[in-house]
Amino acid sequence: MNLDHPLIEVAYLLSATLFVVGLKRLQSPATARAGNALASLAMLIAIIATVVDAEILTWNGILVGVVLGSLIGAVAARRVEMTDMPQLVGIFNGFGGGASALVAIAEFTGNPAVGLGSTGITIMLGSLIGAVTFTGSFIAFAKLQGLMTGNPITFPGQNAFNAVVFLAVLTLAATAMGVGGLAAPTMTLFWAFLAGALVLGVLVVIPIGGADMPVVISLLNSYSGLAASAAGFVIGNMVLIISGALVGAAGLILTMLMCKGMNRSLANVAFGGFGGEVAGVDRSQIGKRPVRRADAEAVAAELGYVNSVIVVPGYGLAVAQAQHELRKVGDLLEERGVDVRYAIHPVAGRMPGHMNVLLAEADVSYDKLFDLDEINDDFPNTDAVLIVGANDVVNPAARDPSSIIAGMPILDVDRARRVIVMKRSLSPGFAGIDNDLFYLENTLMFFGDAKDSMSDLVREVRELA
Amino acid sequence: MGELMIGLYVFVLATLTGREVITKVPPTLHTPLMSGANAISGIAIVGAIVVAGRAEGALQTGLGIAAIAMAMINVVGGFMVTDRMLGMFRKR
Repeated sequence: MNLDHPLIEVAYLLSATLFVVGLKRLQSPATARAGNALASLAMLIAIIATVVDAEILTWNGILVGVVLGSLIGAVAARRVEMTDMPQLVGIFNGFGGGASALVAIAEFTGNPAVGLGSTGITIMLGSLIGAVTFTGSFIAFAKLQGLMTGNPITFPGQNAFNAVVFLAVLTLAATAMGVGGLAAPTMTLFWAFLAGALVLGVLVVIPIGGADMPVVISLLNSYSGLAASAAGFVIGNMVLIISGALVGAAGLILTMLMCKGMNRSLANVAFGGFGGEVAGVDRSQIGKRPVRRADAEAVAAELGYVNSVIVVPGYGLAVAQAQHELRKVGDLLEERGVDVRYAIHPVAGRMPGHMNVLLAEADVSYDKLFDLDEINDDFPNTDAVLIVGANDVVNPAARDPSSIIAGMPILDVDRARRVIVMKRSLSPGFAGIDNDLFYLENTLMFFGDAKDSMSDLVREVRELA
Repeated sequence: MGELMIGLYVFVLATLTGREVITKVPPTLHTPLMSGANAISGIAIVGAIVVAGRAEGALQTGLGIAAIAMAMINVVGGFMVTDRMLGMFRKR
């Protein structure tokens, strides 16, 4: 803290307060946008206070960095498709973590003989967390963007190997702080430590499957906050410590919610190599049982002459870019007097709340979106459910204790009077198991590409008497 | 009390505050929450400016400028994309 300039500290305090108030306004969609504006004002105040306070010797470099970074950030924010939001947040996380790591690294290069003490330890922590966040986020980005396989990359003894790398990184950090009195130059040890930390970020993310990326992105979000806090300890700045802690808490809460939505522990997500081929599951019978098929005309009749419809959107909807057509179907049904609501599973989409953003973009009113706890009791009283591109989150097998998805919270769609599943084929979802829902007596399968099927449905609903 | 200890107090209390505020954010806003929180983690810009401002030599200057650029991507991109998303949440 800088007690010679109390005004600067007051500005930082104001900034930290506005961050909290801004986040608080995110508690309602009506005030959220103002909350985000408040948080960006808080950031501006912190930046101005820093520029005024820091003894800046050379401006050119700073301006180059500010202009370059702002341009890249602004272009990315304007251009990104809403379906690609998880990757964008992922890569932004990476840059945040990277920036925090660079602050810690620069401090070390200025004082390589820092030794073992609170400053040394915070520098090492900031560099380690920041570096892991940096490379880990890039791997998550590459997986989500399809630049590399979304399947888990595993090899025998992987967890043991990662543990050894982690211990080596910690040992190098300790020796760089002079522990053990090695003859090697401190800077060399530090660079080796840093290289190890960067490799560690890659190693911890590659064994995690594409559909588990929401958990990873949330966790890396938390890390980017912790890295900022650590950088705050390094340079003795409270606003960094506070903001970093807020982000750390946010990321951790979302991580835990995602895990709960899949009924899996964080350890299972991180080390389980879930997804891809699952051993011990008989896949030969998938899709072999008879189903009841329906075309767009029949589906329109099932939806158009009832009182209540609940739509269950899944990631397949976003992949097919069918959310706008879906909203048209919803509008037409409402014009006919049908009560239309949307049930959103916690892990629908590729990040927490992703499906809500996609539907908001398609102009679906946010008061029609309900989460699992709010709507699950209403299915028995619902005339028809329309499932678009969702699979595991509506699989009744979750109620069977012997299933690999046993205990996962599901939307109880099978309890509605009529279930319509819009899907390309009978292929299994991420969990790799068959879905008994498809073969139930009250289920109709409406096969085809979600966007084409939805366009057909718009036309057929229009033609209803 | 040393500065480290004060910092730890602040860190723990801010974490608890964050937990209280963020658990009440509804699931429908979780994506904007994440991208907004993400933008806030760009607060590393403060550290980056301090480091770049007092940099000595090419290495430190380079590190400082890179840190500023990365943090600004995070800050500007994060707040802008959050605003863009929140602008789409409408009630009809």
